[in-house]
Amino acid sequence: MNNRQVGDVTVVDVSGRITLGEGSSELRDAMRDLVAKGNKKILLNLGDVTYIDSSGIGELVSGFTSVSNQGGQLKLLNLTKRVKDLLQITKLYTVFEVHDDEAAAIRSFA
Amino acid sequence: MGTEREGAVKIDRAFDSTLESVDEAEALILETAATAGFDEDEQHHISMAARECLVNAVVHGNRYSAHKKVHVAIETTSERIKIVITDEGEGFDLSDLPDPLAEENLLRHSGRGIFLIRAFMDELSMRKISPHGTEVTLVKERGRNEDK
Repeated sequence: MNNRQVGDVTVVDVSGRITLGEGSSELRDAMRDLVAKGNKKILLNLGDVTYIDSSGIGELVSGFTSVSNQGGQLKLLNLTKRVKDLLQITKLYTVFEVHDDEAAAIRSFA
Repeated sequence: MGTEREGAVKIDRAFDSTLESVDEAEALILETAATAGFDEDEQHHISMAARECLVNAVVHGNRYSAHKKVHVAIETTSERIKIVITDEGEGFDLSDLPDPLAEENLLRHSGRGIFLIRAFMDELSMRKISPHGTEVTLVKERGRNEDK
């Protein structure tokens, strides 16, 4: 998991598995850290996520609500087909703002 | 051996109640599904459903107890895979789970595991085992992806 700052947007590049006991706790800690530091524009790049389970989905949702409750925005970038399918099955695809192009995603925060 | 049973495989293993064992059991199930001829999407759905079930067994069933095992039985034929996952816990009630698709539940942190199992498998059944434990049976037929 790697953070990049693009203007006032924090881009978090997430890779590998987001599952209970692995990536989900790492993602939770990263999101808590960003929210604690007052980051209000967060773009999660999930392009290199190979697998996500219900625990990982839970962390995405928790991150979304935490950032929203702070008056910020959390958006998703580069969903793989499997992650996209999962968000559609769980009806979360309409909850998150999803982008395929990073530059456009960055501009959308303005 | 009849034609229908040709290539049938049976595996029975016991795992510790740890998240590392969940990974190990999931890998075994994935490998077995691949060997049985399920396509990549089907393999992914089977392994995801099995993982959700294994996590339930370790976390909610056995509560990570070092004294309790998670039993995994896998049967494959050319047509289907049947996975039976049994814990040794006190049991947990899955009958009145809130609907994760309901508007008021969409942003809940948890509660999607059983829903995903049902979405990805063709059959899901659960029963309590005497004196302790829950047995969950998952079945997926080959070539029915388009129906799900």
